[in-house]
Amino acid sequence: MSSQYGSLMSGGFTWLRKSGRPPWLATLVCLLLVVAAVFGTSLTPYTSTSIDFEAVLLPPAWEADGLLRHPLGTDQLGRDVVSRLLAGAQVSLMVAAAAVLFGGILGTFIGLIAGYFGGIVGSLLARLTDAFLALPFILMALALVSALGPGLGNIIIVMILTNWARYARLVRSEVLGIKERDFVLLARIAGVSRVKIALRHVLPNAINSVAILAVLDIGRAMILESALSFLGLGVQPPSVSWGVMLADSKSLMGFAWWLAVFPGLAIFLSVLSFSALGDWLNTKLDPHHGR
Amino acid sequence: MGLFLLRRGAEAFATLFVLTFVIFLLARLVGDPVPLILGTEATPEDMQFLRKQFGLDKPMVVQYLNFLANIVQGDFGTSFRYRVSAMGLVLPALWATFKLVGSAMVLSVCIGLPLGILSSMKPRGLLSRLVGWYAAAGESIPSFWFALMLMLVFAVTLGVLPSSGYGTWQHYVLPVTTLALFSSASLAALTRANMVNALQSDFVKMERNLGLPELVIVFKHALRNASLPIITYLGLQFGVLLGGAVVTERIFAWPGVGQVLVEAIFTRDFPIIQAGVLVTAFCFMLINLGVDALATVLDPRVRQ
Repeated sequence: MSSQYGSLMSGGFTWLRKSGRPPWLATLVCLLLVVAAVFGTSLTPYTSTSIDFEAVLLPPAWEADGLLRHPLGTDQLGRDVVSRLLAGAQVSLMVAAAAVLFGGILGTFIGLIAGYFGGIVGSLLARLTDAFLALPFILMALALVSALGPGLGNIIIVMILTNWARYARLVRSEVLGIKERDFVLLARIAGVSRVKIALRHVLPNAINSVAILAVLDIGRAMILESALSFLGLGVQPPSVSWGVMLADSKSLMGFAWWLAVFPGLAIFLSVLSFSALGDWLNTKLDPHHGR
Repeated sequence: MGLFLLRRGAEAFATLFVLTFVIFLLARLVGDPVPLILGTEATPEDMQFLRKQFGLDKPMVVQYLNFLANIVQGDFGTSFRYRVSAMGLVLPALWATFKLVGSAMVLSVCIGLPLGILSSMKPRGLLSRLVGWYAAAGESIPSFWFALMLMLVFAVTLGVLPSSGYGTWQHYVLPVTTLALFSSASLAALTRANMVNALQSDFVKMERNLGLPELVIVFKHALRNASLPIITYLGLQFGVLLGGAVVTERIFAWPGVGQVLVEAIFTRDFPIIQAGVLVTAFCFMLINLGVDALATVLDPRVRQ
């Protein structure tokens, strides 16, 4: 599982497109996802928790027993799958965005300190980063969840704590290169303070890679959130995320395939789109990238 | 070269040392195991007695130093719950995980390597595009969902394969496929990218001019040049999967180290958590070190 978290920056999409054209479809999916997350729950006639025992385990509308008012069917409590998917989009995207944002900020600063200031603190932070990266990602998340308890706020904290190290390593390696460049040397000769150089001159040069990693990371974070929720350690019912929906579906797999298929497809499409977008940004923003 | 490896080794050792501290804290973050073992009706005296037995009554610093001293002597403690050596529980589980991950790696190489090589011969061809989509899909499909879908099709609908368990070869098929989806996809993409680079290099152009058979150029010369990142990636991937097969093991009830660790986390069995994570991390670093060593043998430029 955590193979997907250890993933390198893919590059898998780069040769699928004609050079430099933005991935419009992926961008559209990402935008739709954001819109669904923000407004989705107010558009549906049902809420994610409205139970209807008259309409239990209905298949999608195109099946023989399906009803048009439940396009993707209902679950064992008669809750509408579309409504739950939209509500889940909100939770999944919010958790992922928060984790990436705060994890990225924390990791960037640790990487900056480790790379720019060096010394004992620097190498200690570098070793700490490596130690966190050597820990099986999902196990660390499990340990933290069992320490803090499941729940929306805690899951974000856990994901920040499991996420920062990747940014720290990236920023550290970038900074190690940047700080040898001439403009840093010149700034030092001009008498600019070390803290100011680090924040004003070094950091802005490393920020592009961080942005790319962050976009690529949103998909990864969505997968992690859904995996934790799937194991019962993430978002807790009655809150709903795509992982929670999949967890519910497992025991009903023999009777209701649609409960297992659609939330997974939603995750798949979202992650795919964010990766494609991140990949495109990578080719656009990264000066080292050929082109 | 010796010096290079020595430095890498020292770095890995330092990281392991920091890791012991992180693990120690992390295990204790999980909570107090004593009430969990004794139940709600235990008297404070009983609890105190058990704490003393486990050595949990001492200050944290003393506990940590004891923990370190015992590790150095090869003693990873006794499971709180099962009262047997923690290592004795972790090692068989590690072996089960090893078999799962090893099979997945073999499958990934069998799928990913040929796909990568063949598609690199026509960088704009149909196969190339397919490999691109395969890589993109492999990276974006949540593996636990893929596992559910495999179960839905092969265990529930068709009924040809067992949905969980351990023992016969049939039990391997679904979890190995689950794990191999991601690694074979990324391996194919990586192989293709490196082979395309190698095939564009000057020596290949020269060999083509000399009229060498294309197959010799591709498989003998270009592949050798592209092999280093592939080997590095395989090593890393193996290590990552060793510790990371947790969810797959949970879904398919595979008795691997991930299962053991998850259970230990729930029962707050510190010695097992510590032993399991440390051994996994140790294997991970050993593999990385081995990959580094192999890299220096294969490519003299790395030594500098």
